[in-house]
Amino acid sequence: MELAAFYGFSLLAIVAALFILFSKNLIYGAFALFLAFLGVAALYILAGADFLGVTQIMIYVGGILVLLIFGIMLTQKKKNDDSQHHNRVEILLSREVWGFLLGVGIFVALFKIISSANFKMIGDSISSRSTIKTIGVELMTSHLLPFEIAAILLLVALVGAAYLAMNRNPAP
Amino acid sequence: MTSIPLQHFLVVAAALFCIGLAITITKRHFIGILLGIELMLNAVNINLVAFSQYDPERLSGQLFALFVIVVAAAEVTIALAIILRVYGHYQTVDPDEVDQLKK
Repeated sequence: MELAAFYGFSLLAIVAALFILFSKNLIYGAFALFLAFLGVAALYILAGADFLGVTQIMIYVGGILVLLIFGIMLTQKKKNDDSQHHNRVEILLSREVWGFLLGVGIFVALFKIISSANFKMIGDSISSRSTIKTIGVELMTSHLLPFEIAAILLLVALVGAAYLAMNRNPAP
Repeated sequence: MTSIPLQHFLVVAAALFCIGLAITITKRHFIGILLGIELMLNAVNINLVAFSQYDPERLSGQLFALFVIVVAAAEVTIALAIILRVYGHYQTVDPDEVDQLKK
């Protein structure tokens, strides 16, 4: 049962990612990325990380994807009003060949490494209880410094993004 | 709970990573490149979470994945702000046409 769910969700994520790769229209790619993120969140939950699955849905789907769609809409070309050609991405043939070769090559290499590696796990596997308590205790004790640094990083990113996106010359 | 073998998670993550890399190389659009980078970060997170299920006492992998998500969110906001500035300056989103620091 779990194995069937795992295969279903991983197939969903991979098919959505392939759709992004082959689609010519970028806004369809952004919506396919939504499906890929949902599949990845389900994989997190199947691996026993319930808190990370919910975090993935809230941050990626609720925040990052909306930002990306805003970015696509704000950078549309104005000159061609043909509705067939909005958001179109032309792909050079040479770059397509190189991207395909590199992707397949790295995948074959990684697959060989994974299938030849013989992982022996010494720890006992995760139980079915929630991971929220462990994550909270670890964040507040042994990972306190990275937690504070992440807070500073988010503040700096907020100020920097607001400053960069500010309209400094209103007459283009 | 863990009836799924670890290798399956790793293969799925490798496939997602390679597709993300191919997207990053082939798309001629700044936002398309960002989509590929997000997919690659997610693939790395799957690896971290899959290994973390054998570490239930400390959950180091899940904490690392959490920090990766935070850094990815910060990266996307800054990248979108820079893309909007570049678009206002050059009126294009093709990385090949942005080849001068000053116009």
